[in-house]
Amino acid sequence: MSDMRTVKIDGEEIEVPAHYTILQACEEAGAEVPRFCYHERLSIAGNCRMCLVEVKGGPPKPQASCALGVGDLRPGPEGQPPEIFTKTPMVKKAREGVMEFLLINHPLDCPICDQGGECDLQDQAVAYGIDKNRFAENKRAVEDKYIGPLVKTIMTRCIHCTRCVRFSTEVGGVEDLGLAGRGEDAEITTYLENAMTSELQGNVIDLCPVGALTSRPYAFQARPWELRKTESIDVMDALGSAIRVDARDREVMRIMPRLNEEVNEEWISDKTRFIWDGLRTQRLDQPYVRRNGKLEAASWDEAFAAIAAKIKATTPDRIGAIAGDLCAAEELYALKDLMTALGVKNVDCRQDGTPFGEKGNRAGYLFNPGIAGINDADAILIVGSNPRLEAPVLNARIRQHWRNNGIPIAVIGDQADLTYQYDHLGAGPETLADLAAGKSKFHAVLKSAERPLTLVGQGAVARSDGLSVLGNAAMLAEQVGATGSEEWNGFAVLHTAAARVAGLDLCVLPGADGGFDTRKMLSAAGKGELDVVYLLGADELRMKALGEAFVIYQGSHGDAGAHRADVILPGAAYTEKSGTYVNTEGRTQMTTRAVFPPGDAREDWTILRALSDALGHTLDYNSADQLRAKIYEAAPQLAAIDQREVASTEDLGELVKEAGRMNSSAFTSVVKDFYLTNPIARASAVMAECSALRRGRKLDAAE
Amino acid sequence: MSARRLAEIQPDNFSPNRETTAFAKASVKKYPEGKQASAVIPLLWRVQEQNAGWVSEPAIRWTAEFLDMPYIRVYEIATFYTMFNLQPVGKFHVQLCGTTPCMLRGSEELKTVCRKVIGNQMDVTSDGKLSWIEVECLGACVNAPMVQINKDYYEDLTPEILEQILADLRSGKEVKPGPQNSRHRSEPLGGALTLLSDTSSSRAKAKPQAKAKAPAKAKPVAKAKPATKAKAPAAATKPAKAKAPAATAATAAKTKKPRGVKAPKVPDDLKMISGVGPKLEGTLNGLGIYKFAQVAKWTKAEIDWVDDYLSFKGRIERDDWIKQAGALAKGGVDEYVRVFGKKPR
Repeated sequence: MSDMRTVKIDGEEIEVPAHYTILQACEEAGAEVPRFCYHERLSIAGNCRMCLVEVKGGPPKPQASCALGVGDLRPGPEGQPPEIFTKTPMVKKAREGVMEFLLINHPLDCPICDQGGECDLQDQAVAYGIDKNRFAENKRAVEDKYIGPLVKTIMTRCIHCTRCVRFSTEVGGVEDLGLAGRGEDAEITTYLENAMTSELQGNVIDLCPVGALTSRPYAFQARPWELRKTESIDVMDALGSAIRVDARDREVMRIMPRLNEEVNEEWISDKTRFIWDGLRTQRLDQPYVRRNGKLEAASWDEAFAAIAAKIKATTPDRIGAIAGDLCAAEELYALKDLMTALGVKNVDCRQDGTPFGEKGNRAGYLFNPGIAGINDADAILIVGSNPRLEAPVLNARIRQHWRNNGIPIAVIGDQADLTYQYDHLGAGPETLADLAAGKSKFHAVLKSAERPLTLVGQGAVARSDGLSVLGNAAMLAEQVGATGSEEWNGFAVLHTAAARVAGLDLCVLPGADGGFDTRKMLSAAGKGELDVVYLLGADELRMKALGEAFVIYQGSHGDAGAHRADVILPGAAYTEKSGTYVNTEGRTQMTTRAVFPPGDAREDWTILRALSDALGHTLDYNSADQLRAKIYEAAPQLAAIDQREVASTEDLGELVKEAGRMNSSAFTSVVKDFYLTNPIARASAVMAECSALRRGRKLDAAE
Repeated sequence: MSARRLAEIQPDNFSPNRETTAFAKASVKKYPEGKQASAVIPLLWRVQEQNAGWVSEPAIRWTAEFLDMPYIRVYEIATFYTMFNLQPVGKFHVQLCGTTPCMLRGSEELKTVCRKVIGNQMDVTSDGKLSWIEVECLGACVNAPMVQINKDYYEDLTPEILEQILADLRSGKEVKPGPQNSRHRSEPLGGALTLLSDTSSSRAKAKPQAKAKAPAKAKPVAKAKPATKAKAPAAATKPAKAKAPAATAATAAKTKKPRGVKAPKVPDDLKMISGVGPKLEGTLNGLGIYKFAQVAKWTKAEIDWVDDYLSFKGRIERDDWIKQAGALAKGGVDEYVRVFGKKPR
């Protein structure tokens, strides 16, 4: 990598690595080069010819800068650095020629095109296009293809850059798309127009430089210049992908990815991208109170009064609180604060029943190597997880690393298509025990690896023997040297809930002396030993298990929790509040409010604050800043926004001691249906369609 | 050419016969482990042959599954190459060349015949015998206009002849491929005009004869046009120098082809002569030269002839083949070492 070359670009000398292409060198030098097919994260195709530049001493014709390496350039006769020009008349003429060819068959339907306003071709035509058409023949027309419910095609607009094909093959890992036919008749299509099967397919919409692939749900909804763009964080999985929420008036119109090299690069999953229609439907926009078995709309005061009456009549040990997967740190802290004030010990932020936070402190529940650290791993063991469904963007990173470096990967758990090859060692704890005892071949692979990574999924630990499994996995990681050194901690827990790490950081856990965790709360409620259960956005529970308990549900969507509730307090969704989230690798990030919550719904921590007033235990903060000051006191790492606080490896030692007997039941991923994992997704019609399509396909495959 | 699509009506399945399976397995073995996808084109071709001349959708799936490729990758290839027919074709599938040379020589009329006899492109006649399609250049421009029917070329066509051919194919009569107007391959109509003396032998015999003609044509040929090149190769070899033809002609008069013998049981290893490699040995054997003694006895005229034949520009004399061959003929390696002070190669 230290091989540097000096090149002269438009008369300015610049030093770049020899493996750079001319296009990259030009970008480094600040010279703008137009392009359609080139994309820095995909392989080079060199087929649009828009990036032509003049190379001195090369052949007397323009060169495609994306496909020519700096290392291949010849120096001048006396060893002068090679010269490249990006602004000469030759370059301008060449690009104008390319543009004219591209526009020959491109329809002039910009006024009805969804890409209008953010179209590469439109922008570059302003710079290189001519105002007249010299092409007198008929334009080509191409039949539109069905490639799934998410991506709409208007194939006449396609300029054959093949970015979408390269993306689905290389990053998505599902070879759905292809370029059929040849020459002018070339067409992008899936085989027999089947729907694409990747969880990342929405990204082809962003990649398409023209309006050939556009978002189907967003079709004809808005123009980019009407939208208010808010930079935020995604909560659909525990990665905390960087997103941009585009809103108009009070509605979120679409969600786009933002660049964050450390987390999501520039991809987001389909759930992240197409969730927005779920933000409009099934919303809880005012408080409800159950009277005579029926939920009736109520005012805030009535709802608080109903809660206060019930809680005051109940002893603290018969009250429980469970927080869900989408909660921000603010409301988690406020919930814990309120419960502490009431003297309630039965608090849990782990509605899936995982044992995190009980032993081993922070390193025991973080993705310690970091998401970007996957690129440094030289062997990966996946235990009880299907990363393709639990965190598609992270899975794409594993795939990319596997593709580039061919690292060995093994899986204990479900044998699913993860888009890369792996050794399936076994399905359950015995395999993990065998591996930990060194009885498996893969033990040697991990042992010889310098930076082995053990990925532990929720499927391995969300069970009654979870702590023991976690201990065994930690022991294995320690054995193979994954946790030995200061610079590499290969013990990686992949969470599925955006709220989880912040909850664990803030110790939203059962009180030390006999507090109930989620599992115990459910069984206690079933037995009638718990009278009040406070569900903070917790919907993924067996609601029937709550028995006769009085249920308070605070959340944004009318899902399972709201149906069971006796009092409903309408909260805000993640696009409607400024909330702190900590992702699975321990990176603190903050969402920004893009729109206001609908109707009477409020930001969640303010609801808890108001409720505390009604209960006579007023929480001592009146603004978000005051609340956050308290949070930062409790967990200083949450103050460092966008920073990743690494946990000490020593913390793992305590966890290793928990390694013990495990049940024999197989590990299985907690995400059964990728499209329907949270209340917002379950409210989305688009997600429902995707889910039905996926289930239909599974049935087909089973036949 | 319009977009190539899969046929609307597809068979339910494709099952390879024994030959196809064997061919597929053999094809895959030609490539390194894990690179079996390289065999996709031969496989599709073989599948097309088995499947009555066209590639069906189940056949694409079978190919993809056999080679462990995604369907879309095989689909891309099948739609890219026009040699794969995606629609059913007749028992005799006519590919009619419509590129410029054929068009100038009357392919438009041939199309009319096809339309009349068969119908539109890619229509199959009701008896399932015939179908046709216009294709780009098939590389037989010298015999334009032409068609390819299944694997054979039918050249120098007229509308009448094509119609006859189609009728004969339909009725099951035997049809002779190749030029249809008494031409032999791509020779001029009415027979060859050059290289007439003994066309069966090698260039060696033809050359002096051509050279004999050269002086007469020397002047007009001086700036060698391609047309005359064929007729006077000797003149064309040195077109730039006006003197050359005369000089060559002079040499031609003095040279003489050495006499060859039949291959003896134990030929000498001519490679022992410094300057003769395996390639040259083969060429010399072709002239009937097998023994050192033969080379040793070459006269000046014979040396000049061989030199000219091999375009050596005097290398035989420079390397002194005669002395080397003499020594080797006389006393083998020992004699060679004695004469030259080193071992022969």
